[in-house]
Amino acid sequence: MSMVYDTEHPVPIPPIIWDNMGYWEGINRHELVFQRCKECGTWRHPPRPVCPKCRSFEKEWTPSTGKGAVYSWVTYQESPHPGFKAPYSVVLLEMEEGVRLVSNMVDIKPEEISIGMPVEVVFEDIAEGLTLPKFRKVG
Amino acid sequence: MNNLKDKVAIVGLGWTRFSTNSGVSVKNLALESCKNAIDDAGLTVKDVDGIATYNIGDSVSPYVVATGLGLPELRWNIEYFAGANGATSTLLTAACAIIGGLADTVLVFRAMNGRTGTRLGGAGMSLNTTGIEQYCVPYGLTTFPQAVAMVARRHMIKYGTTSHQMGAVALTCRENAILNERAVVRSPLSIEDHQNSKMIVDPLRLYDCCQETDGACAVLITSADRAKDLRHSPVYLMSGTHGAGWQSGEFFGKTTAFWPEWDELSETYARTMASELYGKAGITSKDVDVAELYDCFTIEPIVQLEDFGFCEKGEGGAFVESGAVRRDGHLPMNTHGGLLSEGYIHGFNHVLEGASQLRGDAGARQIKDAEIALVTGYCGPVANAVILRR
Ligand SMILES: [Zn+2]
Repeated sequence: MSMVYDTEHPVPIPPIIWDNMGYWEGINRHELVFQRCKECGTWRHPPRPVCPKCRSFEKEWTPSTGKGAVYSWVTYQESPHPGFKAPYSVVLLEMEEGVRLVSNMVDIKPEEISIGMPVEVVFEDIAEGLTLPKFRKVG
Repeated sequence: MNNLKDKVAIVGLGWTRFSTNSGVSVKNLALESCKNAIDDAGLTVKDVDGIATYNIGDSVSPYVVATGLGLPELRWNIEYFAGANGATSTLLTAACAIIGGLADTVLVFRAMNGRTGTRLGGAGMSLNTTGIEQYCVPYGLTTFPQAVAMVARRHMIKYGTTSHQMGAVALTCRENAILNERAVVRSPLSIEDHQNSKMIVDPLRLYDCCQETDGACAVLITSADRAKDLRHSPVYLMSGTHGAGWQSGEFFGKTTAFWPEWDELSETYARTMASELYGKAGITSKDVDVAELYDCFTIEPIVQLEDFGFCEKGEGGAFVESGAVRRDGHLPMNTHGGLLSEGYIHGFNHVLEGASQLRGDAGARQIKDAEIALVTGYCGPVANAVILRR
């Protein structure tokens, strides 16, 4: 199963500001990108203006392999908000680039999720103007 | 090195009734708790010249309290926008203001209608994707319990911590709450009750979650010199810390917080700062007689017991299950019932309980010969705690 949204209670579309523009532009063309420091090559996410390793403000939006593994996860049997149909799980992923990402799994039951499970990105068009990166089990 | 050890003391304690429906405004609660703290110290509003508080926009400012109680002059104040990283650090900041000469006698309070007003657990809040939330909320990670459930899961996987062991935290708190007339929940709780309670966000069950509460509490603090001649024996501040580690993450606003960048969710910044906390107090964890540990959810005291050095990393669950933190164990914990059973006043009620135990006036729940207390606020990628002594 996958996350089911209730269109009566839509997720607000994140406003695009300078720091996050490249991220959502990538998602909208179905490409997962993260910020990478131009000086020292350190990856970071969520996007922010400066590299915490070398303090450089020079960065580029760099494609991710889209591959990672489950680091932790939680499951709601009853939804905390009418916008999301329960049961659903939220996963915290560690991507190959070393950054962490909050998302949902597709085509899997909550009880089948486990720590270290390898995953890869898929893109879901949730609503007009909102696409999200989701993940499916690999292999 | 500058050190605040024993320079400031808690001299007055004030509570309101704790309930799930106060029937009064947050302003009323704030004023009542502050008045009670002044009365308890045997002082008057003329003696008070500073006020400090923390909140998330759900409470009243120091100016409201100063005006309401008719303080002649408010020489210093601070209103800190904070989650439970404010629980002990607001007290610490106020103590620094006294040491720095900004004020002589300061009220520190937390007031909230946490059940009938703004519910910090996130219930009833609208979805927000404007800030850092845009990387969590669209996936249904909307509330603080989920963030802590991620921590619990990680601890369970890494160290084999069990739901039973988290249940032992809830039971320990409830046993203490039964002795506490102020506690909002005083009915006996069994491990079966815990295990059969509904899953809120797997792996956290209903009885792993604290009590949404209406209420307020306040302490009055002053210099050690002034404290000597007042009604109660002073409770001295030995040390305190409040900080964050490398890549602690960007905390969110009102609705939730999460810290995906923190290197290991099952550890807290207390792992680093505890040595400074104990060092400045001139003690070790072995000298602590009572521990009032922030317990918004049952996993939190388990992780803190490890990171504050009471047991080895990963053994917090077994330590609680052994009975070590029950009132007859060697480290009585959350002697008032904690946030899990006394009530959730955003952790500030832990400060009052620590002080009450050290004064020796905790009544039926008094721990004999308690001399030193560790009081903590929320610990994750951030941490805050104080050590108090009689
Ligand atoms: Zn760099």
